[in-house]
This record gives sequence, structure tokens and C-alpha cells, in this order.
Amino acid sequence: MDFTYLRENPDVVWEHTIEHIQLSLTAMGIAMPIAIVLGILATRILWLTTPIVSIISILYTVPSIALLAFLIPSQGIGERPALIMLVMYAQLFLVRNIVAGLNGVDPATLEAARGLGMNEAQLFAKVWLPLALPVIIAGVRTGLVTTISLATIAGWVNAGGLGELMFQGLALGRESTVLAGVVAVSALSLTIDILIRALERLTPVARAQRAAAP
Amino acid sequence: MSRQQQERDPQGGSAIRLENLSKQYPNSPHPAVDNVSLDIEPGEFVVFLGPSGCGKTTLLKMVNRIYEPTGGKIWIDKTEVHELAAPQLRRQIGYVIQQTGLFPHMRIADNVATVPRLLKWKKARINRRVEELLDLVGLPPESYARRYPAQLSGGEQQRVGLARALAAEPSTMLMDEPFGALDAITRNRLQEELLRIHRQIKQTILFVTHDIDEAVRLADRIVVLRQGKVEQFATPLEIISNPANDFVAELVGAEDVLRRMSLIPIASAATAINGQRNVDDPTISGSSFLRDAIGTMVETGSERLSVVDEDGHPVKSLTMEDIQQAVSTSDAEENASERRATSASD
Repeated sequence: MDFTYLRENPDVVWEHTIEHIQLSLTAMGIAMPIAIVLGILATRILWLTTPIVSIISILYTVPSIALLAFLIPSQGIGERPALIMLVMYAQLFLVRNIVAGLNGVDPATLEAARGLGMNEAQLFAKVWLPLALPVIIAGVRTGLVTTISLATIAGWVNAGGLGELMFQGLALGRESTVLAGVVAVSALSLTIDILIRALERLTPVARAQRAAAP
Repeated sequence: MSRQQQERDPQGGSAIRLENLSKQYPNSPHPAVDNVSLDIEPGEFVVFLGPSGCGKTTLLKMVNRIYEPTGGKIWIDKTEVHELAAPQLRRQIGYVIQQTGLFPHMRIADNVATVPRLLKWKKARINRRVEELLDLVGLPPESYARRYPAQLSGGEQQRVGLARALAAEPSTMLMDEPFGALDAITRNRLQEELLRIHRQIKQTILFVTHDIDEAVRLADRIVVLRQGKVEQFATPLEIISNPANDFVAELVGAEDVLRRMSLIPIASAATAINGQRNVDDPTISGSSFLRDAIGTMVETGSERLSVVDEDGHPVKSLTMEDIQQAVSTSDAEENASERRATSASD
């Protein structure tokens, strides 16, 4: 394998990596509040659960390149269509896990919390959210890792990031440039995955589980 | 027991009064609770007994407004439960459920501290109270306080549930089949401890079960429920020996001589010591029940027992004849045939 490009242009690769991180985090920053609203709606209003989760799942089956092509006539090229695509795809992991996390909390635990005299805000902050948190954070992890890999496609509409590097390499037939992008994206995904897994271990539920394990 | 006979103990329980209480669920043909009125004395241990679907859990959970009644009123001492916001009301009422509902992500001490923290007690007072409570329910704080619920057995978890409910010294406790998921030995032990705690604190306890033996063992009075209506509200002995109707008789197994004998205290059947007393007679405690006496008779082959008091001094004697007489004076069969005659003439 030819690592020439990576060796000779680390500053260029680094620049694209930073862009890639910025694009991914911006997408996640937009996706999260939307997902929280949708997730809470789907949990609170029972008849909304199935429609919300189904629509998001169907959106996810649209191929990313096709979606981008579809967005170009109205949104042009650049960051805009890329962000729209990334925010849409991230919804699946975020909303699905918020709903699963909140609905997965034992109703008896919630009844006990109410029965002891917690109001709805205390119930949510002290019991419901902490118990749902591991599943929600796992959703953020898979959502972010997926966003990072999908953001590569954004290079196709000139949205910057490591995808741009790879598409350049492909267009010029330079395997070494493509490989630099692949290595950087993989390293980035892996790092994010490890970081968020560490975060999961800090939740109260994880701490309780570690204590209970022999 | 009437209000006049029993002084209200300020440290003890609340008087609870249910007034024409009803609950009609939407889309249900019958009300789950149907116009129930009950007067519960301060410090009384009342068990709601009935088959599944009789409305006993609904009735219990209306007291702390987990369910809202569709009609009627609930008074705890001088307060109607709807005069307070639900969270404020609930902080004054202990609540124990079958699934324990412990918070799995919190240590035992934090679980027990839940209500005192909601009430904004000072930290030092909370810590003191948590230790006191863990001791009270038989879980030494030094080895349990810092553990998590998943590290405890089912019985230990329910002890924590009990401690958590007792934390802010509620004058009323609601318990929904709290021992229903435990094995027989653990259940027995916890029943005993609950009785001990009740004797000590004298809070009013409303307790739901479908287990007649548990009801008889724990209750000062039992409320028998069917289809949301009260069939009988009386002491365990009264219910067994004088069931109000065939439904109650069948539910509590009133025809079952052994069950009746397990409810009649030896002291009430034994006769004064007469000349026949023999120092070799096997002894039995006056606070046990006739069923235990039969057991001892069969075991020892003696037809006469010497009934002893707490210090082991013989006070009375008990013969097979005494037992027969005691069982037949509370004759359920006679009542049952009378009932059949009355219902036939209706």
C-alpha cells in the first residue's frame, strides 16, 4: 500500500480531517434537538410512536447518493445539501434509541417514583432519563459514527472534509491520496467510538452494573 | 374497635375514611370500584382481599392518587386527598409495590433517602435516618448502604422497599402485594417483621393481597372485595367463623376446619386448670393457635396439653374436647345452611 500522500502532506490531510469533524459535529448538533423533540413526542403520545419511527426508517432506506442528487436542484452544492442529508440519516439512530431508552424503563420503577412523591420534572431528571441514558448515548455513538462515514459522500457535492480528498484522488487516479482519506476517516470513526464508549461507562446505570458484576 | 375506645396516637397512624368511592374505567362495562365506604381506625392494619379483578389494587391506588376516582371522597384524618397536590400528598404516604420499584441506578442508601430528599431534610438528618431504617428492616447499613439493588436478593430488595416507604415517618402505608413475588420462607419472615414494625410504629397500613393466609396473619380487619363491592369488613376470625355470604365463605375456605383452627388462639379455647392436671402434660404457649395444639397432641400422643404463659408458667389446660367445642361454637356450617335457607326464600 502506498502511503506517500499521507507521509508528504500530513498538513493537508489534517486540514480535511478538521473540516470533516466540523461537518459531522454541525450535523449532529442540528440533528440532536430535532431527535429529542421527536423522541419525546413519540414516547409521550402513544399513537405517534409507530408513524414517527416508521417514517424515519423509510427515509434511511433512500441511498445517500440518490438523496444528494435529489437535493442539488433545490439546495445547490456545498455544505447545505450535505448537512440536510446527514441530519436526516442521523435521526434514525437518535430517535430510535431515545424511544427505546425511554420506553425501556420499567413502568414499576416509574410508578414507585411517582408514588413516593416525585413531580414529573423530578421523575424525569432523577429516574427516567438516567435509566434511559445508556441506550440514548449508544444511539448518539452509532449516529455519530455513521455520520462520519456518510460525511465522506459530502465531498461529492464540494462540502469539504475527507471525502473531497478521496474524490480528488479518484478523479486523478492517485491511489495514495484515496488511501490517505480512508485511513483518516477510519481513525476518526474509531476514536469517536472509543470516546463515547468511555462516556457510556460513566453513566449511573453502568456504574451500578459494574458493581453488581462479580 | 370504635373511635372512642382507641385514642389517636400522635406518633401513630391516620384515620382513613372512604366515602362512596367509585372508579369507572373508560370502555369497561362495570365499575372497578363500586360505591365503597369504609372507616379505618388510626393504626389499624387493614388487608384488602379478593380474586384478581375485584378492584382491590385500584381501591388502594386511589388513596395516593395513582388512580383518580370517578366518584366519592377519601379522607386522611381531616384532609380530603384532592386538597393537596398529588406529589405533596404522596410524600406523606408510604408506598410499597410488588415489583419493589427500587431505582436500579442508585445505591441502597440513596433509594432509602428518596422521600427525605424530596422533603429537603438536612443531610445529617437524612444520613441518620437511613442508618436507622436499614437497621429497622434488618439490613446492617455498614454492609448494605453502598450496594446497588441488583446486588441484593428479592427479599432484601423488598426490605429496602419497605425502608424507603417508611423513611419520612408516614402515618399511612399503602402496600400492594409486597410479598407476592417472594418464596414462602422469605415471605413468612417479612410478614413477621412487618408486624413487628407495625406494633412499634402503629401507622395505619392498607395492604392488598389475594393470599388468604397472608390476610389472616397480618390483618386487624379484612375487607373482602368482589367486583368492586365490599362483601365483608371484619376481623379475620369473624370472617372465617361468620362469613357474610357464600362468596366470602368459599374465598376464605371457611368450611376448612384446619384453617379455622389456625385462627383461634389457644388461650380462648383452653379451660381453667382442674384436678386432672398432670405435670407430665406437654406444654404449649397460649399465644399459639388450636392448629398448633392439634399438632402437638398428634406428635406427643397426649390428649391434654398444659397451656403456659410467656414465662412458661402453666395457666390453663387444653383437651381435645375443648378444641372441638371452640371450633363448633364458631360453626361456619350452621351459618352456611342458614344462609342457604334465607337465599332460597328470597
